[in-house]
Amino acid sequence: MTTTSTATRSTAVAARATDLRKVYGQGETQVVALGGVTVEFRQAEYTAIMGPSGSGKSTLMHCMAGLDSVSGGSAQIGNVELTTLKDKKLTQLRRDKIGFIFQAFNLLPTLNAIENITLPMDIAGRKPDKQWLDTVVETVGLSGRLKHRPNQLSGGQQQRVAVARALAGKPEIMFADEPTGNLDSRSGAEVLGFLRNSVRELGQTVVMVTHDPVAAGYADRVVFLADGQIVDELYEPTADAVLDRMKRFDAKGRTS
Amino acid sequence: MFRTALRNVLAHKARLLMTVLAVLLGVAFVAGTLVFTSTISDAYQKSSEKGFTNVDVAINPDDADVKDNPGDAPKLSQSLLDQVTKLPGAESATGTVTGFAAIPDKDGKLVGDGFTSSGGNYFPSKDGKDARYTMKEGRGPTNVREVALDSRTADRADYKIGDSIDVSVDGPVLKQKVVGIFTTDDGNVAAGGSLALFDTKTAQKLYAEPGKFTGIELKAKPGTTQEALKAQVEKVLPDRTEVDTGDKLADDQAKDIENELSGMRTGMLAFAGIALFVGIFIIANTFTMLVAQRTKELALMRAVGASRRQVTRSVLIEATVVGSIAAVTGLLAGIGIGAGLRSLLNSSGATVPDGPLVITPTTIGASLFVGIVVTVLAAWLPGRRAAKIPPIAAMGSVHAPPTTRGLVVRNSIGALFAGVGIALVLAATTMDDGKGPMGLGAGLLMIGVFVLTPLLSRPLIAAAAPVLRIFGMPGKLARQNAVRNPRRTAATASALMIGLTLITGLTVIAGGIQNAIDKMARDSLKADYIVSMASMTPLAPEVGEKLEKQPEVEKSSPLRFSPSRVNGKKTELAGVNGKAIGDLTKLEFTEGSFAGLGGNRVVVDKDLAEDRGWKVGSSLPTTFEDGKKSRLVVSGIYEGNMIISGVMVDNATLTPHVKDIADFQVLLKTKDGLSDDTKESLEKALGDNPAIKVQTMDDVSNDIAKLINLMLNMLYGLLAMAVIVAVLGVVNTLAMSVFERSQEIGMLRAIGLDRKGIKRMVRLESLVISLFGGVLGIGLGVFFGWAAGELIGPSLGSYELVLPWGRMGLFLVLAALVGVLAALWPARRAAKLNMLAAIKAE
Repeated sequence: MTTTSTATRSTAVAARATDLRKVYGQGETQVVALGGVTVEFRQAEYTAIMGPSGSGKSTLMHCMAGLDSVSGGSAQIGNVELTTLKDKKLTQLRRDKIGFIFQAFNLLPTLNAIENITLPMDIAGRKPDKQWLDTVVETVGLSGRLKHRPNQLSGGQQQRVAVARALAGKPEIMFADEPTGNLDSRSGAEVLGFLRNSVRELGQTVVMVTHDPVAAGYADRVVFLADGQIVDELYEPTADAVLDRMKRFDAKGRTS
Repeated sequence: MFRTALRNVLAHKARLLMTVLAVLLGVAFVAGTLVFTSTISDAYQKSSEKGFTNVDVAINPDDADVKDNPGDAPKLSQSLLDQVTKLPGAESATGTVTGFAAIPDKDGKLVGDGFTSSGGNYFPSKDGKDARYTMKEGRGPTNVREVALDSRTADRADYKIGDSIDVSVDGPVLKQKVVGIFTTDDGNVAAGGSLALFDTKTAQKLYAEPGKFTGIELKAKPGTTQEALKAQVEKVLPDRTEVDTGDKLADDQAKDIENELSGMRTGMLAFAGIALFVGIFIIANTFTMLVAQRTKELALMRAVGASRRQVTRSVLIEATVVGSIAAVTGLLAGIGIGAGLRSLLNSSGATVPDGPLVITPTTIGASLFVGIVVTVLAAWLPGRRAAKIPPIAAMGSVHAPPTTRGLVVRNSIGALFAGVGIALVLAATTMDDGKGPMGLGAGLLMIGVFVLTPLLSRPLIAAAAPVLRIFGMPGKLARQNAVRNPRRTAATASALMIGLTLITGLTVIAGGIQNAIDKMARDSLKADYIVSMASMTPLAPEVGEKLEKQPEVEKSSPLRFSPSRVNGKKTELAGVNGKAIGDLTKLEFTEGSFAGLGGNRVVVDKDLAEDRGWKVGSSLPTTFEDGKKSRLVVSGIYEGNMIISGVMVDNATLTPHVKDIADFQVLLKTKDGLSDDTKESLEKALGDNPAIKVQTMDDVSNDIAKLINLMLNMLYGLLAMAVIVAVLGVVNTLAMSVFERSQEIGMLRAIGLDRKGIKRMVRLESLVISLFGGVLGIGLGVFFGWAAGELIGPSLGSYELVLPWGRMGLFLVLAALVGVLAALWPARRAAKLNMLAAIKAE
C-alpha cells in the first residue's frame, strides 16, 4: 500500500467505510471479497473505483450503497450507519439519499423519460423540485425527449435519463456501476461528461465503479482495489496515468 | 434427446409442479364432471326401473283415448284376476294396487322426502308369500290396521316390528301397526324412496275401488313362453285393457327412461363439454407460458447444434411425461371430486338418488385424452415457435416483444366472430324457436370475445386507473404491467371469464324464472292458503270438505280436473267452487266475469277461446268422463296463465260425473287472513298430516326459491372447479411476469421501492387481471341471461329480466379474491428477489 486514504482535499465526508469486510461462503469455499477496507468519499468529489475483475470493486460499492449486507466493519452515508439498518429504513435511505446508475436495465420500459426521472420521488410520494428538475434535464440535454419511452431512445440517451433520475432527488451521494459498459465510446464520453458536470456545476458527489481507464480519467480521484484491499490512490488522474498504474498491478500480480 | 427432455422435466421442480398442477386440475375438472354426471344419471335411471324378473305377462288398464268415453279406463276386476289365474299357461297371477303413501319419521318429517313415496298391496299367493317382496322380519300385512315397510325406510325412521306409525295417503292420516320389514328390487326404493305395503283390501280401498286392481302380473308355467301366455290372456281380455309380455315392458321402460333422461343427459354433457374446454384451455395456456419461459434454454440447445426438430421433440417428450403423470393423478382426483360433489349435495339437503359411483370408459378415455393429447398439442405449437426463433435472438433478450401485426389479424377475426355472434343472439330472441341460433350465436360471441380480449384489455384496464392511483406508484406500475403483454393478460383473464360468464348467465336466468313464477302466483291468486300434497299427487275430496267446514275458513274452493271431450276434442275441465272462486283468484276478464259461473255456464281462458274460436254465448257439446253428454255455455273469457287456465266449471255441475274425485289443490280464504294460529289450526284439522302442505303465498314462493337455489348450487359447485383452475392460470402468469421482470424489480428495489411496495405492485397486477376477466365474464353472462330470458320469456308470461345485483357483486368480489389469492406466492417471490443478482443477471 503506497498511500493511505486520509488526505484532506475537501472538507466534509459524504460516505465512509471503516474496516469493511465482506465474505462469501463458508469453510473451504470461503471467498473474501473485501478484507477490511477503509475509505472516505468526500462531498463534491468525483471518485472512480478501479481494479481488475474480482478485486471487490463492485462489492465495495454495493456495500457502501446499502444494496448488500456486510460481514464486518462499518459503512456510513453522511452520519448514518448502514450496517445496523433494517431493510425498510435502508430502502428509504436509498430512495432519499442515494442516486443509482447501473450498467443496463436502468429504466422501466412502461414509463416515459420524465416519469422514469421522477420515479424515486413518485415512489416516495414527494413532489419533485421543479426548478432543480429543469436544471437537471437541461444539464443532461433531454429537454426534447421527455415524453419518449425508453425503447424510443438510444442507449446513450437512456443512460442520460438514468443519470437525470439519479440526480433528480438531490442525493447526498450518487453511485454509478460501470455506467458506460453498454455504450459506444461517444455516448460513453457524453455520460461521463454529465457526471463530471454534475460534480463541478451542481456540487454532487459521485462514486463510480469502472474498469475503463478512460472513464476513470474523468474523475477527480481514483482508488485502486486488488484482492479486496485498497492498494493505491491517484488524484487528478489522466487515462494514461491510470493505465500505467493498472499495468503495474498486473505485473505485480504475475510475479507474486 | 429423451434424456435431455427428462432431465429438463426434473431440473425445474417448481415449474414442473406448476404445470402438473394445471394439467391435473384441468383433467380433474373434466373427470369430476363426467363421473358426477354419469353417476347421477345412472342413479336416476335405476330409480325409475322396476323389476320385471318375476313378470312374464302384465295386464294394465288401457288409457288410450276412446271416443265416447273421455275418462280414465276402468280398473281391473277380481273376476278378470280369477279368470287369468285359471289359464292353462299361468303358474300364478298377482293383482297389484299402487299409489302414494308417505311415511313420516318420529319427528313428523317425511322419509325419503322428494322421492316417490309409494304404497302398494301385499298379495300372498298360495304359499302365503308375495314373490315380489322378501320379508326380512315379521310377516305381510293381513288387515286394515297393518303395514309393512321396506327395510331402508324402517332403518332411516328407526321403526321396528310392533311400532305404531302414521301413514299419509291422500287424506286423513292412517294409524298403522308395523308387522313386517321387507327388501325389494324396486328401483325407486334403491334410490331412496319409501314403500309401504297394505293388505290388498286396504290398498284397493285407498288406491282403487274395492275389489279392483291397478294391474295384474302373471307368471308362466315352466315350458310356456311369454308370447304363448300373452295369447291366452288376449282371449279373455275385456275392453280398454292391454296386455304385454314382461320382456316388452322391460324394453319399453328402458326406452322411456332413456327419453326422460335425454334432456338431463344433454345438460350434463354440455357441462362436460365446458369442462373439457376450460381444461384444454388452461393446459394450452400453461404450456405456452412454459415454453416462452424456456425460449432462452431452447435457443442454447439450438446454438450447440440441436436441430429444430430435436428441439420440438424434446418439448413434446416433456409434455408427454407431464401430461401422463398429471392425467392419471387428475383422473383419480376427479373421481374423488365426483364422489365429493354428490355427498356435498346430499348433505346440503338436496335429493339425489343413491347409487354406486359410475366410472365409465368414456370418462377415463376423455380424461386421459385431455391430459395427454391436449398437453402434447398445447406444447407442440409454442415448441415449434420456439424452435423457429434464431438462437442468438432468443438468447439475447429474455422478453421478446409481442408482435403487433398478429394482433391486427386477431382483432379482425375476433370482431367478426363477436359481431356475427351478437347478431345471431339478437335475431334468435325474436324467433319462435330460437334455441339453435341462440346457442350458435352464444358460442360464436364467446369465441369472439375470447379472441378480442387482448384488444379489450387496454381500455378496460385503463378505466381502472383512477382507482389504482390511490395506491401510488405501485398502482401505476401494476396497471402498466398488466397491459404489457396483452395476449398473456387476455389468456389469463379469459379462464376466469368463461367461468363467470356461465355462473352469471345461469344466475340471471334462474332469477328471472323464479321471479316470474313467484309473480304469476301472486298476481293470479288472492287465496290466503293453498293446500296441496307434498308429492304433487291429488288430494282426497275429504280434505276440501273438511277445510270448508272449519270455522276460520271464509271461502274455499278445490281445484279438480276431469278429462272430458269438449267440442269434439279432449279437454281437461277444471272444477271449482263457483261461488268462492272469484274471491280466491285475481284473474282479468276480457269479457264477462266469475258471476256467470254456475250450472252449465263456464268461463274459458283467452288463448283457448281464440284457439278454438269460442265466444261468449258459444254453446259447446261436451262429453263428461263418465260418458254422459251435455252442453256447456261460455259466459266469460279470462286471461289464463300457467297456474290457472282452461275451461272452468262449477263443481256442482262437474262432480256428479267424476268417478275418482281428486283435487289438485284447495284454495282458502280465512277470516283472520294470514296468521300462524290459523295455519296451525288448519293443519290440526287435517290431522297434522306431513304429506299435506298448508302454505301461504310466501311459503309457495320460498319453495320455488329453494328449488331454484338448489339447482343453482349444484351448478355453482361444478363451476367452482373452473374458478379454481382460473386461479392457477393467474398464478402462472404472475410467476412468469415476476421471472421476466426480475431485473426491473431489482432496480426498483435499489432506487427505493420497499418490499411492501413490490408486493403491492404484483398483487395489484393480479387484481387488475382478475377483475378484467370478472367484468368481462359478468357482462357476457348478463347478456346471455337476458337473451335466454327473451327466448323463454313468452312461454312464461310474466318473465322479466331481474339483475341479481347482490350476486353479481359477489362474483366480482370472488374475481378479486381470485386475484389476491393467486398473487400470494408470486408477490412473496418478487419481494424476496435478491436485488443484486437481479440487476447483474444478464
